[in-house]
Amino acid sequence: MALLEVEDLTVSFPTADGVVKAVRGVSFRVEPGQTLGIVGESGSGKTVLTQTLIGLTPGADINGKAVFDGTDLLQLSEAQLRRIRGARISVIFQDPLTSLHPLYRVGWQIAEMVRAHEASASRKEARDRAVDLLGRVGIPRPEQRVHDYPHQFSGGMRQRAMIAMALALAPKMIIADEPTTALDATVQAQILDLLLQLQEESDTALIMITHDLGVVADIADDVMVMYAGRAAEKGTKHQIFYESHHPYTKGLLESIPNSSVAADRLRPIPGQPPSLINLPAGCKFHPRCGYVLDRCVCAEPELVRIDAVADHGSACWLPAEAAGVGASAEKLREQAVREGRRGAAVEVAEAIAASPEVA
Amino acid sequence: MTLAWFLIRRVLTGIVVLWAVASGTFFLFFARPVQTVAHQLAGRTATPAVIQNVINQLGLNQPIMTQYWHFLGRLLHGNLGYSFFTQESVNTMIKQDLPPTASLVVGGVILWLIAGLGVGILSATRARSLFDRGSTVLVLIGLSMPVFVVGELLIVAVFVPLNQHGLTWIQTQYAGPSQGLGAWSGHMLLPWISLAVVQAAIYTRLMRGQLLTTLGEDYIRTARAKGLSERRVIFTHGVRAALTPVVSQLGIDIGQLLGGVVVIEVVFGLQGLGQVAVAAIYQDDLPVIIGFVLVAAAFVVVANIVVDLVYTVLDPRVRIA
Repeated sequence: MALLEVEDLTVSFPTADGVVKAVRGVSFRVEPGQTLGIVGESGSGKTVLTQTLIGLTPGADINGKAVFDGTDLLQLSEAQLRRIRGARISVIFQDPLTSLHPLYRVGWQIAEMVRAHEASASRKEARDRAVDLLGRVGIPRPEQRVHDYPHQFSGGMRQRAMIAMALALAPKMIIADEPTTALDATVQAQILDLLLQLQEESDTALIMITHDLGVVADIADDVMVMYAGRAAEKGTKHQIFYESHHPYTKGLLESIPNSSVAADRLRPIPGQPPSLINLPAGCKFHPRCGYVLDRCVCAEPELVRIDAVADHGSACWLPAEAAGVGASAEKLREQAVREGRRGAAVEVAEAIAASPEVA
Repeated sequence: MTLAWFLIRRVLTGIVVLWAVASGTFFLFFARPVQTVAHQLAGRTATPAVIQNVINQLGLNQPIMTQYWHFLGRLLHGNLGYSFFTQESVNTMIKQDLPPTASLVVGGVILWLIAGLGVGILSATRARSLFDRGSTVLVLIGLSMPVFVVGELLIVAVFVPLNQHGLTWIQTQYAGPSQGLGAWSGHMLLPWISLAVVQAAIYTRLMRGQLLTTLGEDYIRTARAKGLSERRVIFTHGVRAALTPVVSQLGIDIGQLLGGVVVIEVVFGLQGLGQVAVAAIYQDDLPVIIGFVLVAAAFVVVANIVVDLVYTVLDPRVRIA
């Protein structure tokens, strides 16, 4: 049984400028001990999605189901959610400098978390746990560093401290929200290694939110690519990297420096992600898509299985055979586009040609 | 060790400040001919001979530098001199008149902090609620009320009716804490409120703004994600961080307060330092003026040292050096 099963989750925020449709009907599963990578540009709804699960999106309209370990998180009261937050689902945030309280000692902040959930833990026990945890995440001389303030830690050490805090109550699931984005490249690799190693030790499920497919390649089992509040493509890491179907996924792969796909030149995805208040009609990616069909402009594709054997889904009108990043798949895509053009646009053109007085 | 070194250095610089302030006041006094002072003392009809006599008596006929050395010598012995007019020792005057002013300042500050921080915190945690909007209106009213208006209003609307109905707890004039806490608070309550109204309004705005900013910080999101209670998130994590700028503002305000309490002392008939100082300034009573200026300056110096110390306690990133 899946540890977390999210079904058709919709999150929107009423604002003065209109309703922000941050998440529009997303479903996914996380298995115990597995890692799900959620990939997307900023504004694709990946952070809102996970914050909603633990009740950190006040003022949002939320619909759908999110069953975690047998209970629907979206039905819980604030008090019940609070007992889950930190203890059973914990979060690692992007910027460890601003995410730690600048005025309290690192050890105190970890101990506070322990004492918030274990009323029986004494101050000293909680402190000892903090020392132990700092040691586990690879901070040297933890019994001394536990007395340090965050500003006395380096960036990587701060993120280690955040990870120690996230691990404090042996949660079943950790949500890591771009945990390496604010760190140096060398430190990034260390932090990812640490997360992997700790996950193996403790059999914790991990949701890794990132805009960096490279991070996903290192760490994820399954991947969900999000665009404009929806899942564009979903599958195993292998499927996403070698049999990618959605043009957006392909675009992400082509914009990784030094990846095999982006042979000698980076090919960025043109344009900007759409405003979540005024979404375009049809497929939300069509204004930026290189393979746009007539159909894409007026109808939004559902996420459908494109693989008979494995659970590989893509929300794109291109034929299932167009999956993959090789030359033959590329040919199939181009062909689909040419054939697709024989739809509405061609009919209109022919109608105009047939009756010149209209033009 | 660093603390002792810090204190020694700050006290020494403080003494230099006090010396500079006293000297400045001293020389400023001599920007006007000394005859004007003597004239005031001797009266309108005094003959030049009488005036010269007065000048000689006060020692104002000596060269300025000689007078200055005398003045500094006395100051080093802790002697502030004697009033030109009453011949009273300035030390005694300050000793007598400091308690009403100190009572006013201490009580007023406590009152405005309680009101300002309390309302500010409630407003920030209920931003844009009815309470927040209501407090915004009250803050505007408080900000636009001059101290003497508040004071007179309190006398007309509280003091007079209560005493007419035989409730005599609320009084004007000064009664010290030695006369019982009831008497002290009864006499000081209205002055405290007068002093606190404007400042409470300012501190409500300050606290609200600071706390709202703080509550938007990433570490507040972390605190919530840790599963802490909302109360703990707001007080232990939010208010604690919002307090540092409030403390530095408080240091500035307390330092400046001594000059600002004069009006309240006059309205409520408190025989305090402020009143004495204003009278002395009108009369060109140099020793009394310098005494007051020194007390006020010492107040600022001490308030600054205390704020710096408190700051290092509040924010571990700040080191005393």
